Amino acid sequence: MSRAALVLGAREAAGVPAAVLAAGYLGFGALAAGHGLPLSLVVASTLAIWALPGQLILVEMNTLGAPLVAIVLTVALSSARFLPMTLVLVPLMRDARHRGWHYYVAAQLLALTGWTMAMARFPGIERAQRLAWFYGFAVVCLAASAAATAAGYLIADLLTPLAKTGLVFMAPMYYLLILVGGVRQRTAALALACGAFAGPLAYLVSPQWSVLVGGFAGGTLAYLLQRQRRLRG
Amino acid sequence: MAEFWVLLALCGLATYAWRALGARLSSGIDAESEVFAWISCVAYAMIAGLIARMLVMPTGALAETTLVERALGSVAALGAYFRLTRHNLLAGVFAGAAAVWLMKLHL
Repeated sequence: MSRAALVLGAREAAGVPAAVLAAGYLGFGALAAGHGLPLSLVVASTLAIWALPGQLILVEMNTLGAPLVAIVLTVALSSARFLPMTLVLVPLMRDARHRGWHYYVAAQLLALTGWTMAMARFPGIERAQRLAWFYGFAVVCLAASAAATAAGYLIADLLTPLAKTGLVFMAPMYYLLILVGGVRQRTAALALACGAFAGPLAYLVSPQWSVLVGGFAGGTLAYLLQRQRRLRG
Repeated sequence: MAEFWVLLALCGLATYAWRALGARLSSGIDAESEVFAWISCVAYAMIAGLIARMLVMPTGALAETTLVERALGSVAALGAYFRLTRHNLLAGVFAGAAAVWLMKLHL
């Protein structure tokens, strides 16, 4: 494991990515405080789930008094994206010098920010250094987010409902910008567009299954479209 | 609260199951293959679908904003990111949130 690559990844995270993630998790922490959950639990949710949409579902459905099975199923289905995300990222980090368990640790550290950034940065990083870069990047993101969750929880009373809404709105804005701004390849852009249509459409049919079904349908459509264009030359 | 810890552990495990499955299955995938191209399309589409749904049909706290407010907030974020600054994420995100906040404050 290269120390230089680890530090490089950490330094690349310790700026705008960590700051924006922190703003989003500040909003989550403040929101969760309003639902009457203890601080330790709210921070633990950031560390254990490490996916903001799933965490929001957990907190909100719990307050609504939904049955345990329904909550776990909804969170699980909303997290389905981690399967294709790890399937794509791990082969790019694989190197004979790494022990196998590293990929299972990296998979837990994976989130949207680290994934998008890694997809953009990996072509410029030597294969053997990628895992270390990713560790550095993801750990800084996770630490900043956990700290921000606690901070948001503690300052919740100082925030007006309006300010909380503004903070919560930061997360989707951040995702929107890193996707629209970070995607360079044509195929990926096509997949984003197809997914952006298919996701909400699938949600109208079945909210729970929308991420899985919409992503599968939209992604397959994008793949077929680009394949047809490529074959035609 | 013990109940909530169990719930959290189950939700964490459910999320990790996808991650671990991906790590497990990835050993058989060649980054140059067609299967890889298809899976990356599905990954991008799932993420885009989730975010589009959050913006078009939000639940919870975000549902307290109107569709117009979220649309204008997104335009402000994209404008600040692409036009006003040279791809500054922080500026874009804050512009989006500030736009929604101002609209809520004055309308």
